[in-house]
Amino acid sequence: MTFRIHVPSDTTAKARGADRIARLIEIVAKEHKIDVEVRRNGTRGLYWIEPLVEVDTDAGRYGFGPVKEGDIESLFAAEFWKGDVEHALALGLVEEIPYLKRQERFTFARLGITNPVSLEDYQANDGFKGLQNAIKLSSQQIVDAVKESGLRGRGGAAFPTGIKWQTVLDVESPKNQKYIVCNADEGDSGTFADRLVMECDPYMLIEGMTIAGLAVGATQGYIYCRSEYPLSIENLNQAIKTAYENNLLGADILGSGNHFDLEVRMGAGAYICGEETSLLESLEGKRGLVRAKPPLPAIVGLFGQPTVVNNVLSLAAVPFIMDKGAKAYADVGVGRSRGTLPFQVAGNVKFGGLVELAFGPTLNELMFEFGGGTRNGRPLRAVQVGGPLGAYLHEGQWDTPLGYEEFSQKDAVLGHGGVVMFDDTVDMSEQARFSMEFCVAESCGKCTPCRIGSTRGVEVIDRIREGKNVDANMELLSDLCETMLDGSLCAMGGMTPFPVQSAMKHFTEDFVKNAASATQAKEV
Amino acid sequence: MTTSKAVAWEPVTAQAIIDELKSKPGALLPILHAIQDRFSYVPEEAVSLIAQALKLTRAEVHGVISFYHHFRTHQPGRHVVEICRAEACQAQGSRALEAHAKAALGVDYHQTTADRNITLEPVYCLGNCSCGPSIRVGNDIHADVDATRFDELVEGLKTDRVEIL
Repeated sequence: MTFRIHVPSDTTAKARGADRIARLIEIVAKEHKIDVEVRRNGTRGLYWIEPLVEVDTDAGRYGFGPVKEGDIESLFAAEFWKGDVEHALALGLVEEIPYLKRQERFTFARLGITNPVSLEDYQANDGFKGLQNAIKLSSQQIVDAVKESGLRGRGGAAFPTGIKWQTVLDVESPKNQKYIVCNADEGDSGTFADRLVMECDPYMLIEGMTIAGLAVGATQGYIYCRSEYPLSIENLNQAIKTAYENNLLGADILGSGNHFDLEVRMGAGAYICGEETSLLESLEGKRGLVRAKPPLPAIVGLFGQPTVVNNVLSLAAVPFIMDKGAKAYADVGVGRSRGTLPFQVAGNVKFGGLVELAFGPTLNELMFEFGGGTRNGRPLRAVQVGGPLGAYLHEGQWDTPLGYEEFSQKDAVLGHGGVVMFDDTVDMSEQARFSMEFCVAESCGKCTPCRIGSTRGVEVIDRIREGKNVDANMELLSDLCETMLDGSLCAMGGMTPFPVQSAMKHFTEDFVKNAASATQAKEV
Repeated sequence: MTTSKAVAWEPVTAQAIIDELKSKPGALLPILHAIQDRFSYVPEEAVSLIAQALKLTRAEVHGVISFYHHFRTHQPGRHVVEICRAEACQAQGSRALEAHAKAALGVDYHQTTADRNITLEPVYCLGNCSCGPSIRVGNDIHADVDATRFDELVEGLKTDRVEIL
């Protein structure tokens, strides 16, 4: 009898040694003359137990983790391949682990269950059912379904996806060519959900983009993926090749006569290219300079043609919507935030990973009931939600429900759902300085408030940190933040002040403290 | 981005790469990637070839190369080590790791060790945000990197590793 063992293969599992564990299991199994088949799954996204080795049994998959090299012998001694055995790393049935069981995995239903590039696995787990349904519908019917689902742009701007698609559907293309562009330039620190889609379930993105193509009449799609994600690019390319071989892409999709081509393009380490117009410039082979809007990319987009630009998670939500129905998606959530958001719990966190939940629970629940607090056990002090352009939240704000409007009421953003936790050793004036420094490094340079303002911001914060004219410089920094907010062309300069202002407002002591110690030093 | 497999500059090879990709819509980035993957950097000589093929000025090509952090115009060391500087890694101690790495290698960011073995680069997020600090060596990403782990990894780069398993 062959025992089937799954060893994860996403970037984080590999970074924690999963490849070596997979090879060791094969070698030791051979030595022990045990017939095992080691398969590579994606990851469950429960990162503190990676590498998580899973064993198929009739009752389900039993898990062991985190498995280190030194654990292999004892796992074999315990006959781990049988599943339900005693071992220090035994986790029981994986799907019963509360962290996983309590989630609502709509988009990530297949995460860690399938082999990422296996078309057979994908199809055996509801894959391409959404596309099969969509093919029977008119473009307008698909757009209506997406509208009805309440799906909003998961990149962070939260613009209703269905309305964007309607615009592209309605507008005439001068060259009879429309495009679907997937924004996979996931540059926000603390986020990795796009990466998980591309590395662990690439067919889902292919399916979502193909449906988008049918919905708006686009025959060409591009996935603009950042160069920091080599494994995403590799898996996407392999899945695209297989999809072409099986008439899931190309001139005659599923025999319907519909045409959709798809290509992956690699970014080149520019955070700004996550801004949609900068991304389009980059795809056209230019410097990623932000374009003024209007015209919207939906009307004048890639190569001047009508273009849907959607985040990975927006497009990845579409197969579920077309398979299970718009209502099934819209039925969960809070207020105008419908459906689920795959949150990413990161930074100084004990149980970090992917937590897909319907909108609505509080940040506290996410950070403590899932995250388990800080990794090193120190008190949590500040939390940055929504990437490097998101505000830092202090303890009094952690009871905010996870929803777009709920967060903007607190001068914060939910963004792409990344949650970065900091313990009480964090120096918030240093974090504020970093926000400005990051903007210096990543500004496209087109508009002055962002290009020059960020440099001046670093200088002013340095003076504050050195204790020079703190009151006057704090006022100057506030003023600079206002200028950047009001005067920048895009979110880069327009939101860089968010983390800075929130740090100044809620963690003032870190700015003043440095001033006081500088004065004291002088007196001594 | 691993550089150990890169080959020396060869105009015929470069021209073949350019000819293969030049008819793609928005071909410049794919061409620059292919050139850098092959030669480990984008040599000055390549700029003229690319400009000619795409009917651009050399200034336009240069402008694109200089805009993107990923492209480099000088040959890097045998290995490129990138340290994540972004917030999630900061929360897990990356500032100390950065300081240690610079001191241990005796270089700052964008510099190469005297023996031409390692080029140190900053990177803003590798998507390994629950298990930082993270670094990238070639195409391999490493999690939970503290000073000790960094030193081990660097030691492993000094000689070509022989895979036993």
